[in-house]
Amino acid sequence: MTSAQFEIQLIACIVAIACAIPGTFLVLRKMAMISDAISHSILPGIVIGFFITHDLNSPFLIVLAAITGIITVVLVEYIQKTGLVKEDTAIGLVFPILFSIGVILIAKNANDVHLDVDAVLLGELAFAPFDRFVVSGFDLGPKSLWIIGCILIITVILLFAFFKELKVSTFDAGLSASLGFSPALIHYGLMTMSSITTVGAFDAVGAILVVALMIAPAAAAYLLTNDLKRMLLYAICFGIFSAISGYWVAHALDASIAGSITTMLGLVFLLLYLFAPNKGIIAVLYREKQQRTEVSLLTFLLHLKNHTEETERHVNHLNEHINWQKVRSKTVLELALKNNMIKFDKNIVSLTKKGEKFTSQAIDYIITNQDAKIEHMKDDFFLFRG
Amino acid sequence: MDVSEYIKLVFTDYTLRTITLGTAILGAVTGMLGSFAVLRKQSLLGDAISHAALPGIALAFLLTGTKDSHVLLLGALISGLIGTFWIRSIIKKTHLKSDTALGLILSLFFGFGMLLLTFIQKQPNANQAGLDKYLFGQAATLVESDVWMMAIVTGICLFVLLLFWKEFKILLFDADYTKTLGFNTKFIDVLITSFIVLAIVLGLQTVGVVLMSAMLLAPAAAARQWTNSLGIMIVLSATFGAFSGVFGTAISASQNNLSTGPVIVIIAGVFVLFSFIFSPSRGLLFKQIRFIKNRRDLQQHKTLAFMFRIAETHDNISHPHAIKILNNFQGFTKSTLQQLVRKNYVKIDGNMWHLTEEGFKTATNLYNQQEKTND
Repeated sequence: MTSAQFEIQLIACIVAIACAIPGTFLVLRKMAMISDAISHSILPGIVIGFFITHDLNSPFLIVLAAITGIITVVLVEYIQKTGLVKEDTAIGLVFPILFSIGVILIAKNANDVHLDVDAVLLGELAFAPFDRFVVSGFDLGPKSLWIIGCILIITVILLFAFFKELKVSTFDAGLSASLGFSPALIHYGLMTMSSITTVGAFDAVGAILVVALMIAPAAAAYLLTNDLKRMLLYAICFGIFSAISGYWVAHALDASIAGSITTMLGLVFLLLYLFAPNKGIIAVLYREKQQRTEVSLLTFLLHLKNHTEETERHVNHLNEHINWQKVRSKTVLELALKNNMIKFDKNIVSLTKKGEKFTSQAIDYIITNQDAKIEHMKDDFFLFRG
Repeated sequence: MDVSEYIKLVFTDYTLRTITLGTAILGAVTGMLGSFAVLRKQSLLGDAISHAALPGIALAFLLTGTKDSHVLLLGALISGLIGTFWIRSIIKKTHLKSDTALGLILSLFFGFGMLLLTFIQKQPNANQAGLDKYLFGQAATLVESDVWMMAIVTGICLFVLLLFWKEFKILLFDADYTKTLGFNTKFIDVLITSFIVLAIVLGLQTVGVVLMSAMLLAPAAAARQWTNSLGIMIVLSATFGAFSGVFGTAISASQNNLSTGPVIVIIAGVFVLFSFIFSPSRGLLFKQIRFIKNRRDLQQHKTLAFMFRIAETHDNISHPHAIKILNNFQGFTKSTLQQLVRKNYVKIDGNMWHLTEEGFKTATNLYNQQEKTND
């Protein structure tokens, strides 16, 4: 591994961490699409800044682009507040128009300078080590490493300083306001930080892929845990893992590093989406199936309790009366038998004592529909899951 | 190049005619279907789908090796549909919210598409140049067969729209009720979403992945301001879309270095801005005017009510009072007094005022809130 390769991976990892932290909060605050809007609409800010400074790595550029990001958020909120269109439409209107302005500005003015839309949108990590930060003859490493490093340090300091405030305002804006932390201040602070991170990361991974680095690790982590600290930690780990593995995939395929980092993120998310315990799609489908069986069982038990006459409780009659498929009736009957809810007596089904008790409880719950009653019912329900 | 010359050129020049027609049809069909996207609160779906179409284009090229736009767009359609259904399943089956799902699919598919595009670029059989036109679109590459395809798709959309008009409309406004009526809501939903995907994919070649969502939203958001009727909204939206296409093409054709896509989007944005401000019933301008007028009416009524209170204390309602005593009162200005005089509620005599019979009656009713305030 050459030092350039090491530097690229280091930059990729730091970008991933710097994006994952605000990304987690954006996902939790249901503002993921705002980050997409910001990443597009900072283009005019970058272009104007570039015309003034003629340097893609100038800090002034970052400030200007961050301001454009804030303007986007404010514009979206203003349009939304007029009530003329919904929030999502407001987002969808603002950023393409700002982006178009950026594209046209570039096309009209920047023919002979090094700035094309592809570079802004897609970035190229492979060139990052060539732009060195040299102070009076000393080579201090790649410039973009310094920029994104500073952004990461600021992000981490802000995270530790305002963790409590962020947490409260994310989950309960009303409580946060009543405790005296202004939700608006935290909202705009987060937006500013997201804009700055987006700008800082754009020349490494490109504006659109910043969105992937913000949202995907957080979304994947959200499938694993409900704990904010753990979610942050997982998101950072996923980001680092994708950054390093993505680099080597790109190396093998000789393709865009940013693209392959995103693809790795996609694979991580896909895996968790399918297999995450409790929240993965397979777990959800399995649970839904179980719940269907449980409801069927309840229906069945209620039917038995309601009918004392033997004809109604005959096995053949049950089949036609409740109108279940063969397989399903079998599952339900087996479940009921296993839990000693019913007993067979010459093809006549009847409730056992335990079954009687359970069914009356269930009726009680259905009639009163009080949450308190379901609590110990839940324990009983878990009995069935064998 | 002046306007008449340009119009002449549109009818004679093959390229310009094709592009103008193409963008106009595209604007119309996206505007039409965009109305549904906006009303169903799926505005950002267009953005996600257009990005999600990118890997489809790259994969179609990798598998077939052709650059035929129809094959590539078929690939885009398939990957766009996969993206859409994945988004729906994420929202439905996990606890991730719709914005996360949209942003996730958008960025992940786009990143994968970029990986494939850069991979293709490094391949030895390099007739791959031009795939990246799908990023920002190049209206100049439209040929007559593309326009025909757009026209046919628009025709099909229109046909299906008319056929399922009732179902679409009812699903739009009350999904639960539709279900209870026995309609297959899932089918209608999938149908409408598929058409939105189709319209987006059609526009990729012209406007590109990044800006496609604005084509879908902007005409519909503009049309929404002018009407509350779905039918009129769709017609208006299609018209706005078509005009943005035509004007955008005209402006970008008459200038150097202006790609068509961004110009069309900005024209559509101008339509939106104009509608936001000048729409008579919802527009910001008229809303502000109404607001000011209401405030003025209120002030006038406050002054009148105050005068009434004073006049009440005398047996004779037309007993004169000094204007000075009104000065401490909040709603009172010289102009409100003038207006009251003009309405013949009050008479002024030098420094004194007194209520007229009519003014007294109005004020009584105002006070009892029996009569609606007149303008």
